[in-house]
Amino acid sequence: MTTGNRVLDAKIPGGPLADKWDRHEMENPLVAPGGNRRKLTVIVVGTGLAGGGAAATLGELGYNVLNFCIQDTPRRAHSVAAQGGINAAKNYQNDGDSVQRLFYDTIKGGDYRSREANVYRLAQLSTGIIDQSVAMGVPFAREYGGALSNRSFGGVQVSRTFYARGQTGQQLLLGVYSALVRQIEAGTVKMFPRHEMLDLVVVDGRARGIIARELTTGEIKRFAADAVVLATGGYSPVFYLSTNAVNCNATAIWRAHRRGALFSNPCYTQIHPTAVPQMGDYQSKLTLMSESLRNDGRVWVPKKPGDKRRPNEIPESDRDYYLERRYPAFGNLVPRDIAARAAKVESDLGKSAYFSPQSVYLDFAEAIGRLGKGVVGDRYGNLFDMYREIIGDSPYDTPMMIYPAPHYTMGGLWVDYNLQGTIEGLFVAGEANFSDHGANRLGASALMQGLADGYFVVPRVVASYLANAKASTVKADHDGFKAVEDESRTHIQRLLAIKGKRTVRDMHWELGRTMWDKVGMARNAGGLKEAIAEIGKLRESFWHDLALTGGADDLNKQLEQANRLCDYLELGELMARDALMREESCGGHFREEHQTPEGEALRDDANFAFVSAWEYTGPGREPVMHKEPLAFENVELKTRSYK
Amino acid sequence: MSDSSAKSGMTIHLKIWRQARSAAQGRFVDYTVSGIQQEMSLLEMLDILNEDLVRKGEEAIEFDSDCREGICGTCGMVVSGVAHGKHAGTTTCEIRMRQYKDGDTITIEPFRAGPFPIIKDLVVGREAFDRIQRKGGFVSTNVGSAPDGNAILVSKLAADDAMDAATCIGCGACVAACPNASASLFVSAKISQLAWLPQGGPERGRRALAMIAQMDAEGFGDCSNHGECEAVCPKQISIQNIAKMRREYVKAAWTGADKSRSSGGD
Repeated sequence: MTTGNRVLDAKIPGGPLADKWDRHEMENPLVAPGGNRRKLTVIVVGTGLAGGGAAATLGELGYNVLNFCIQDTPRRAHSVAAQGGINAAKNYQNDGDSVQRLFYDTIKGGDYRSREANVYRLAQLSTGIIDQSVAMGVPFAREYGGALSNRSFGGVQVSRTFYARGQTGQQLLLGVYSALVRQIEAGTVKMFPRHEMLDLVVVDGRARGIIARELTTGEIKRFAADAVVLATGGYSPVFYLSTNAVNCNATAIWRAHRRGALFSNPCYTQIHPTAVPQMGDYQSKLTLMSESLRNDGRVWVPKKPGDKRRPNEIPESDRDYYLERRYPAFGNLVPRDIAARAAKVESDLGKSAYFSPQSVYLDFAEAIGRLGKGVVGDRYGNLFDMYREIIGDSPYDTPMMIYPAPHYTMGGLWVDYNLQGTIEGLFVAGEANFSDHGANRLGASALMQGLADGYFVVPRVVASYLANAKASTVKADHDGFKAVEDESRTHIQRLLAIKGKRTVRDMHWELGRTMWDKVGMARNAGGLKEAIAEIGKLRESFWHDLALTGGADDLNKQLEQANRLCDYLELGELMARDALMREESCGGHFREEHQTPEGEALRDDANFAFVSAWEYTGPGREPVMHKEPLAFENVELKTRSYK
Repeated sequence: MSDSSAKSGMTIHLKIWRQARSAAQGRFVDYTVSGIQQEMSLLEMLDILNEDLVRKGEEAIEFDSDCREGICGTCGMVVSGVAHGKHAGTTTCEIRMRQYKDGDTITIEPFRAGPFPIIKDLVVGREAFDRIQRKGGFVSTNVGSAPDGNAILVSKLAADDAMDAATCIGCGACVAACPNASASLFVSAKISQLAWLPQGGPERGRRALAMIAQMDAEGFGDCSNHGECEAVCPKQISIQNIAKMRREYVKAAWTGADKSRSSGGD
């Protein structure tokens, strides 16, 4: 592995942690309202909480915004699927919450692998998100007195999660969408649905635009701007089976990476502990069962390996509530990485639900006894219904069966405090960047980060950039655009010309199998090296064996998926390389060689308290890793314990 | 991955609408798939059929889908005559093959309505919904101007009613199922959500007038109380919202778009 020596300046403002963002707001220039803003064009790719929030807010401020999404309407971005809730340090429950505590919980939850200044800002901005969302008419759950209701999520000891039944992501996204349509109507935002970004255009070292393909006509188009914001989400479908929507992809961030944007911590992936177990090789996705279920559900397996009795036939004395046993302080509400790995430990010992060797129970009998069916139904009814549709039986009567599944990716493009990547004028927001969650994200924090970035951070930092950069004279007829457009067109034609025998799904499934088995919940050096070799072979095979029909000039979803898979085939390898480099266990990254005698993650702060930032060096060439050291000035590095 | 047809399972006959582009003539094409497992979803069956077609050098059937868990609203087909299939309260992507038995025939066609042009095969354009939302499906508040979240108290009952309406996923099944191709359930869900909440109060009159005017302009039909929309709605949104929308409309039409001083929550 080659280690580079590029200095990665995170541009963290000086002064005490609590004053950094205010100070940054004051010290950075603004663009005056009116004509000056209208002359500046910002491209925002993605319409989820981060992208849609940023596009709408930049529109409100008066910039000229071009907003892109692959869906038929911005209201379907994958943020829509988030179930459980959104964290905010409101302390409405008077249970000792504060900005400082949310900051601390997030740093600890991320296993001390995130940047202090970014996380503190996230905690500070969290409260404003709730205010803004309420003002927009987001129907959060309420108490009878009319105040907002809260619940608890994993890894914390306060109730700070705001929610709208099990559809919090949907409701927050519809709030964003409402702000967005208002700006579209006002003419500040121009919306391009069913458009997929194929490449980033960089002119004289600055991001100046994108090449996008209109999916219904196949037309490849150029779009020029003064700044580009990528908010295109994560890359969990590299595992093929994940809880993500089937069109989620890494193409936008990966193509930007190929143009010079460094990629950070690709190996930090979140395997969510509670999804409906895998069923067969025909499956297209895994269905998440919200973390909120662990507020009332108890996780267990039979004490005896190989016990195939139905759950209701297994007496209490033969059950092992392993989370309560191993982590008495947090019990069933330990963070996701810990709950996921604990399920794997039990199933590796042959202890599982009857359904399959990869399944454990999540039991609501105690909660139903304590609260009654009505209350439990109010809290989780829609999830129970969803589960019954898939598995065929009702969690009211028999314990749910669950197993961990790829869900979220903490890694992403490297950004500084201003969310600017290593290409000037390229900003990255939400799940697409690496910045706030370290090696593990706490539940209900993705929505928080998406909206903090979208509503507050991006509009402010992009304004500073534009104030300094001045309006661009680079237009879409610049030679730089033509070259990239030609490359994009050639790439699409190349895919169609392969004319092999294997379908996209078949090859994606094979990549996913390697990723899950060798770059999944537990990793070791031998397996990771095998994965790198297997992915390399599959990538070669892809360019010989891919079968595609149809053409490039109209709707062709097989072609879209093939275009995305060729990027996953490169990203998957980088994930394995990053995991192999990181000789420690932290958060969602568990190296079997590095664990305590009790099987807990063993960090190596002396050697690995840094962010990896990988540089693309060309097709088939080994990437170069640069490092951003992490300095902890406000929290003490400790072994993370939930016992 | 093994070839699914080699395994035991159900054999299902399909009649699927194929249409090369908006202007082309469409038709039903027969397909037979075998090895179908009970736990499979209907869309997973289509994935497998598409793989078989591609291997044979034929064009795959185009259909929209994304989250595959009933929340994004992307998928939408008429399955054996019913929008989103015969089970109440679910989307097309939530249909499991355990609803069918060996040898069954399933007809799959796109949502049909004038304002939803067919793009290709089972894919339709639903931009008309966005254009309606643009006319008033929002509260005019800019980021930065919000008071503390708990400064606006909302009764639990009003919040619950607002939430019931807000669960609309914008799939368009209500339009596809309506004999008049009316979008009333969709439009009323948004008008109703914001009318239940104090935040929606100041603009309730102009919202109702503008959104309904746009619904008409898009060519959606009128509501004549068939109730088919409610029956197929995957989120089980009630037609009581349509009644509420009508009250909002009449009040605004009577008093003028901005004369209503009610703060919502009636």
